[in-house]
Amino acid sequence: MSVIIILILASLTVGLLFVGAFIWSVRSGQYEDTVTPAMRMLAEDPAQTICKPKSKDKPT
Amino acid sequence: MNVETFKYDNRIVRAFAIATVIWGIVGMSVGMLAAVELFFPGANLNVQFITFGRIRPLHTNAVIFAFVGNGMFMGIYYSLQRLCKARMFSDFISWFHFWGWQSIIVAAAITLPLGYTTSKEYAELEWPIKIAIAVVWVAFTVNLLGTILKRREKHMYVAIWFYIATALTVAVLHVTNSMTMPAGWFKSYSMYAGVQDALVQWWYGHNAVAFFLTTPYLGLMYYFLPKAANRPIFSYRLSIIHFWALIFIYIWAGPHHLLYTALPDWAQSLGMVFSLMLIAPSWGGMLNGLLTLRGAWDKVRQDPVLKFMVVAVTAYGMATLEGPVLAIKSVNSLSHYTDWTIAHAHSGALGWNGFLTFSMLYYLFPRLYKTELWSIRLANWHFWTGLLGIVFYVVPIYIAGVTEGLMWKQFNKDGFLQYPNFLETIVQVVPMFELRAVGGTLYIAGVLMMAYNLYRTAKAGEFEPETEAQAAPLERTPILLHGELSWHRMLEGKPVLFTVLAVVAILIGGIVEVVPMYLVKENVPTITSVTPYSPLELLGRDIYIREGCLGCHSQMIRPFRSETERYGEYSKAGEFVYDHPFLWGSERKGPDLAREGGKYPAAWHYNHMDDPRSTSPGSIMPRYSWLLTQNLEMDGLPWRLCAMRRVGVPYPAGYENGPAQADVKAQATEIVTDLKEGGINADPDKEIIALIAYLQRLGVDIKSAPEEDTAKY
Repeated sequence: MSVIIILILASLTVGLLFVGAFIWSVRSGQYEDTVTPAMRMLAEDPAQTICKPKSKDKPT
Repeated sequence: MNVETFKYDNRIVRAFAIATVIWGIVGMSVGMLAAVELFFPGANLNVQFITFGRIRPLHTNAVIFAFVGNGMFMGIYYSLQRLCKARMFSDFISWFHFWGWQSIIVAAAITLPLGYTTSKEYAELEWPIKIAIAVVWVAFTVNLLGTILKRREKHMYVAIWFYIATALTVAVLHVTNSMTMPAGWFKSYSMYAGVQDALVQWWYGHNAVAFFLTTPYLGLMYYFLPKAANRPIFSYRLSIIHFWALIFIYIWAGPHHLLYTALPDWAQSLGMVFSLMLIAPSWGGMLNGLLTLRGAWDKVRQDPVLKFMVVAVTAYGMATLEGPVLAIKSVNSLSHYTDWTIAHAHSGALGWNGFLTFSMLYYLFPRLYKTELWSIRLANWHFWTGLLGIVFYVVPIYIAGVTEGLMWKQFNKDGFLQYPNFLETIVQVVPMFELRAVGGTLYIAGVLMMAYNLYRTAKAGEFEPETEAQAAPLERTPILLHGELSWHRMLEGKPVLFTVLAVVAILIGGIVEVVPMYLVKENVPTITSVTPYSPLELLGRDIYIREGCLGCHSQMIRPFRSETERYGEYSKAGEFVYDHPFLWGSERKGPDLAREGGKYPAAWHYNHMDDPRSTSPGSIMPRYSWLLTQNLEMDGLPWRLCAMRRVGVPYPAGYENGPAQADVKAQATEIVTDLKEGGINADPDKEIIALIAYLQRLGVDIKSAPEEDTAKY
């Protein structure tokens, strides 16, 4: 069953990539707002979105 | 605030959309032919290229990678640009991706009917095409990530997360499962053997479902469903949990395809537990989709796009509940190898993937062509025809599956098998196969209606090749500035092609070089009496693979009394150490063949292959009369033996230069003598001789082992 090592390594590689992506996403504030993103994607005209207030500083 | 003006590329979206419709019709029609052949074996007109065993992989590859694949790219190329507020990273890569993918599909449509196949399900394409897939996939990934890097919208909407997971995971799966040793231009042997090969294959196979048919389509659902309903997703928070939970759990569920086989117990249990856990995130996603429509059901009544989506999401929910249930060992003992699996796969494929693809097409065509859908009435007709098609497909096949499972296990009151002749159980469900073809016809009729409707929509409108949009450039926080901008510069500063080629080089290097020999040092308990196949048997085995016999015949007897009574001693892991690739199969439309060797005389096999109904009246197996006339191809033998030796099969050095050919001749003469006893005059250099040699070898090794030896394993 040595192949299970390859599979675990491959699975862990994918898993770790995702953990990294997850940590990055949380740190970079991807999930600090869970309301506007769902609304924003509905706006067809991109011009509307730039009117949305965008904080200059990192949101606290 | 400075605002940038840019253009979304609609041409590439249209190209993938057209490809989706065309390949959808082709793939489903091939499926139709396969379905008809299952109750009318003569439907192949005795042409080898369109016989069931060869077109089954053509059907699965066409609908998964051509229809759903193009549908996925269509949806991603449309939504990604809009979600990122950026044009695709590189137009060149977009078109390289498009034409590359279509060429791969064409290559598949040519090679599979010719019998060039690795036999591994959903990974049948031979090694040159596998490399092409890796190259094109990497190009797609670069295009995807490049677009994300140059996005103008800081927040990455949940759909994008699903796209990223798809791109990365499919690459890893494809490379790991594609480790093969070439034995000629269109022939290769899996690096892994037997149990190991089975585990890798189904780790891949299950995740092909997970990361090719599920995650990208979930991302598309999260974009197109709120868009079509014009309502935000029910819970964005839930979608985040849905995403992370789903991808972390999915990758472990593969072994549920191998329950009660020779795979070690702990691996089976692991697969079962993770499969059960999958219910939670899957249903979270389904409910998130359906609840988005709360208060908007009046729209569902009017808008065909939403109608298709509701059925798609519901089908996703049903399939993801059924999947974990089928992964419970006791349920699986009944369902495995039966048509239940086929019904499960099709409720997911026709409902979830099919209907979501149709909804996207109905959504996109009016927008790409700046007009209304030509006929809502016809779209509604498509909806109901398609829905009826799904019902008429899956209900009979569920009934067939359960019937098969129960009949195979039924004992009479004296303790003998109630239906000792396998054929009885198949004859019983043939009417269900016929009904299934009705369902398939309805479903395809719906697709044709859609194709016409879309064509008329395109005719009526005017195509907008590029949509202009405006957005402010991404504000970057100082920390991100460093990391991201440097990436950005590197990608833009150097030729795009360089990036693509560099990653491709890594991947190909992986396939060719990183295959360490220790991989194939077997840890599976060896059984001393199990020896490598003789050269003639090996060639016969290659014919077995070429004809796709494993599409209908398993080679894995599970440890149940109902199976050991019917087929013989249950299969042991050690019996498969020289099986590159493994041929356990996943379906029984005919009996298991793991212990076929010696059951019937050679003459029976000869007649049976020429016309199965001459020996087994009522059989649905196609005729293989061309095996009786085609000469056995011997030129490739040295290549094949060398490749086998490289993956660890102990053929002696120099065996391929003379001794092997002599052995072929000797064994062929033996079989011809056997056939003569049965009153058949056969030529020793025909393909049928090799196939008979292989079939007579199946499962006999362990019978010659001393008693105490077999007891150990």
